[in-house]
Amino acid sequence: MIENLAQLVNRDPAIVRWGRHMSETFMVEVGDTRFLLTVRDGKIEKLEKGPFTQRSWSFAIRASRDSWEKFWQQPPAPGWHDLFALLRRGDVKFEGDQRVLMAYLQYVKLVLAAPRNA
Amino acid sequence: MKLEPIVGRYAHIGKQRIYFEEAGQGIPLLCLHTAGSDGRQFRAVLNDSSITKSYRVITFDMPWHGKSSPPAGWQNEDYRLTTGSYTAMIMEFARELGLERPVVMGCSIGGRIVLDLALKHAKELRALIGLQTGAYVERYYDPSWLDHPEVHGGRACGAVAYGLMSPLSPAPEVWETVWHYMQGGPGVFTGDLYFYQVEGDIRGRIGEIDTKVCPLYCLTGEYDYSASPRDTEAAVARIAGAKFTLMKGLGHFPMSENPEAFLGYLRPVLDEIRQAARS
Repeated sequence: MIENLAQLVNRDPAIVRWGRHMSETFMVEVGDTRFLLTVRDGKIEKLEKGPFTQRSWSFAIRASRDSWEKFWQQPPAPGWHDLFALLRRGDVKFEGDQRVLMAYLQYVKLVLAAPRNA
Repeated sequence: MKLEPIVGRYAHIGKQRIYFEEAGQGIPLLCLHTAGSDGRQFRAVLNDSSITKSYRVITFDMPWHGKSSPPAGWQNEDYRLTTGSYTAMIMEFARELGLERPVVMGCSIGGRIVLDLALKHAKELRALIGLQTGAYVERYYDPSWLDHPEVHGGRACGAVAYGLMSPLSPAPEVWETVWHYMQGGPGVFTGDLYFYQVEGDIRGRIGEIDTKVCPLYCLTGEYDYSASPRDTEAAVARIAGAKFTLMKGLGHFPMSENPEAFLGYLRPVLDEIRQAARS
C-alpha cells in the first residue's frame, strides 16, 4: 500500500500544508522492506524501495508488515489508529533524529495514515 | 446570533488569577481539563440544558493554562504539576467558590487526580467521575520534545493530542481539541505530564478508596492508548464499588472530541448521582 503514497499525499493539499516547510529524507520500514521518502516542501518527491547502500536519512520508522496492515485498516481498530498508539504497544521503533520527527509529527502522522484513504 | 448560557469570570485565589466558566443551577459539578489544555474542553457539558437544569457546571483553567495567569516569576522556574499542588488547587477553588459537596469530574490528569480526591477528600465530595482514568501511565515517548526551542511546541503538542482521539470522532471537534493544545504555553503540557507519568503513581494506594463514602464512576473511551480501557478496568478492579463504563468509539478527550456521544454516556451517570442525592 505504501507504494502509492506519493500520489495519495501529493494530491491532498490538506496533508501537504502540514509539511510545507519540510525538506527531508526519512525511512519507513515495512517488515523486511525499506523505503526512503524524500519530501520537498510537503510533497513526496521520491519514494524509493530498498535495499539501499550507504544512504542517509534523518529519521526512520520501523514496524512489521502485520502492524502496518492493521494501521492502514479503515477505520483502524483501537490501539492501531496512530503512530504513538503503535509506540505505546511497542510495535513501532523511531530511530535517528527525533527533533525532525517531532517538528513534523502531524505531517508524518497524516502521510503514514494516507493509505487508509486509498 | 446565538448566545450560549456559559458565563466566564476571573477569581483571585491566593496569589493566582484563575479563569473559570459556569452554567446552570443545582448540584455543583466541577470539571477538570486534561494536561496542556483548558476548560473549553467541557463546552458541550456547560451547554447541555438537560444537565444544567439540575447541575451548576463549573470548569476552571489551571494556573498556566487557558486564560488563567501563570504565577508571578514564572520566567524563573520550570512548571511541574504534582499530586499535592493539583489536589490543593482543586479543593481551594471549590472552597473559595463555596461549592457544597461538589461532584468532581476530571479527564486524563483529571481522571487520575479524582483517585487522590477519593483517598483524601471523599467526605467533602458528593461523587467522583473519572474520564480516562488510570492509576499510572508509563512513559512511552519523551515529552521534553514538546518543550524544545527547535520544535514548535504548539504543533508538537497538537500532534500528540490528535493521535489520542478516535478516528470515528467528528473532524471539527477533533481539530478544535487539537487547537486548544496548540495554544498551550511552552512547557505546560510537559509540566503536567510530570504528574501524569512520573510523580502521580497511585497504584499502591487505590485499594484504600472507599466508594461508600464517595461513589466513583470511571468512563473510558475505547480508542485511548494513554489511559486505555484495560488500564481503567485494572484500577476499577481494585476499588470495591467503583463503576466502569466503556465508551465505544471515543478516545482520550471524550467531552471535547465527540460531545454528543459523550453526553449519551454522562447523562445517566449524572441522573444516578442526582437520584442518590434525593433519597
